Amino acid sequence: MVCKAQRQNEGVNDDIDDLIRLDLFRRQIEIRHCEQRAYDLFLQNLVKGTSHLSLGQEAIASGFATAMKEGDKSFCTYRGHAHTLARGAPMHAVLGELMQKDCGLMRGKGGSMHLTDVDHGVMGSYAIIGAHLPIAVGSAWRAQYLGDDDVTTAFFGDGTTNIGAFHEALNYAAVFKLPVVFVCENNFYMEYTPISEITAVENPAADRASAYGLESILIDGNDADVVYRTAQAAYAKARAGHGPSLIECKTYRHSGHSRADPGAYRPDGELDDWKTNRDPIKIYRARLKEFGISEDVINEIDAKALAQVDEATERAKASGFPPANILATDVYADGGWAWRN
Amino acid sequence: MAELTYREAVAAGIAQEMERDERVAFIGEDIARAGGVFKATVGLLEKFGSKRVIDTPISEEAILGAAMGAAMTGMRPIAEIMFSDFLAVCWDFIANEMSKSRYMSNGQLPCPLVVRTANGGGSRFGAQHSQSVENWAMMIPGIKVIAPSTPADVKGLLAASVRDDNPVIFFEHKSLYATKGEVPDGEYIDKLGTAKIVRVGGDATILALALMVPRALQAAEKLKVETGIDCEVIDVRSLVPLDTQTILSSVAKTGRLFTVEENPRLCGWGAEIASIVADEAFWDLDGPIVRITTPHIPLPAADNLEDLALPDAARVFETVRKVMG
Repeated sequence: MVCKAQRQNEGVNDDIDDLIRLDLFRRQIEIRHCEQRAYDLFLQNLVKGTSHLSLGQEAIASGFATAMKEGDKSFCTYRGHAHTLARGAPMHAVLGELMQKDCGLMRGKGGSMHLTDVDHGVMGSYAIIGAHLPIAVGSAWRAQYLGDDDVTTAFFGDGTTNIGAFHEALNYAAVFKLPVVFVCENNFYMEYTPISEITAVENPAADRASAYGLESILIDGNDADVVYRTAQAAYAKARAGHGPSLIECKTYRHSGHSRADPGAYRPDGELDDWKTNRDPIKIYRARLKEFGISEDVINEIDAKALAQVDEATERAKASGFPPANILATDVYADGGWAWRN
Repeated sequence: MAELTYREAVAAGIAQEMERDERVAFIGEDIARAGGVFKATVGLLEKFGSKRVIDTPISEEAILGAAMGAAMTGMRPIAEIMFSDFLAVCWDFIANEMSKSRYMSNGQLPCPLVVRTANGGGSRFGAQHSQSVENWAMMIPGIKVIAPSTPADVKGLLAASVRDDNPVIFFEHKSLYATKGEVPDGEYIDKLGTAKIVRVGGDATILALALMVPRALQAAEKLKVETGIDCEVIDVRSLVPLDTQTILSSVAKTGRLFTVEENPRLCGWGAEIASIVADEAFWDLDGPIVRITTPHIPLPAADNLEDLALPDAARVFETVRKVMG
């Protein structure tokens, strides 16, 4: 299948402003360093529980977040660190939550799989496959109902396309023409199993789009420019009242499914090929140079991102664990947990 | 006071809240044009229009997800799940999502919504359209669970549920839809978390919920007339929050406790209350706590078999008479 966004802009590729390109790079490199740090902290036993990294998938989070406006809503999965960071959530609070510290986004009450930062439009990360798609539909219904201008985006993996909630959400959003964008990050593996072996169609999201009267959109998810353009088009469509989009982004995760998974099921050489030839950071460094941005400027952004991660790491390490007195807060809207008098 | 049916009270409660607050909208299967399969929402579409009263696909996950996403971002939706049995196909949204979003996000994600559903047996619908599943909901921290027995309580508690800032699961009893009762005129709002003493008595306390309330009352009258045993009957109304003070005070007075539960035996709501009373009012008790429940079986369709399964006034009468005799 030909990538529509690429084809439209073939040979042009100069439609994106330099400042936006720098922003796209900054977001990607911040995520790369922060996710690498999360992995290192896990090896030091400082990240508890589990974690699902987006190493190798940074272009998707960055492309969409850069195309979003303030007030737009993001709904993420347990692989949601990248999307949370891309919206501008404080890095120390993201790492702090992974380390289950008091400085964490949710003070350690949610953990790695549930990153939430409403102030930055991150309306939660959801760890039951598919659940957040209908919830994102509800957020979009609210925008339509109240006349709000924001667009809601739900990010999810290829495995989600085989669960019922995906199909319910797509149909519902299409029927009511809701301003929601569904973004499938197809990294080729549903946890430990190749998605192609357990899905009836070749492209798990794009090939299902026609079932909901939607355009089939399949893009290179490792090229931030392509992602950004596609996101812009989808957001413009949504804001114009023309309903939802379903976008499948081909990508590859450099790590295993979760911290417990070394990814041994992948054929020899596959990971190396993606890392060498299709790494979003490498692609984007080359792109910046192609447009005359100097190596010094690129390296400076890179170094600044790393310094930011270092600072955030120290801040998170220095934070205490959450106090016992928040154990039972915010179960109910009165702030407490009382279920009886 | 006007006399309304239980089903008319549903529509009246929704209408009252939709008139008051633009953020309240109502979604569900066949709730708008058809007025609901139980005709409990007749007239709402005509009154409020298709922007606020919306027929959805048969997509229970999408219905609850849509309500939740809207609630998290500024609306106060009401969602209908046609039969409470169908909650099982969207249980993720009750058990994992709406009940936990506030806690997991450390208070960032509120979820003020109401899930209305037709619960309970007596309609000869068989095992997948007749269950009493209020005890499923009671087990989950983070939601409120309401089950009214009269038209007035339907309107007042439904209004209170819409105004509550938490997710509320509102169990209407499908065998009560045709019953009638006085409902206060004008704006009427009740209080969640309050049980109601519906018959005062000094010899034994009988707790009941929804359809079991009129049956317990009928048994209590017969017990008084035929045996002289004077029962206090409490309509629990609200499983979460649970009004334990009303229950404990009654037990302190009567010394005996019976529960009449439509849910199957294991982990029914009465079991939790029995545990509380055993812990906190053991020395007030003059005898064992007795639970009268549906046996631990799926419900049959045949009317004679379903009648055998559900607790009725005769079984309550016999049980209390035997235990107290």
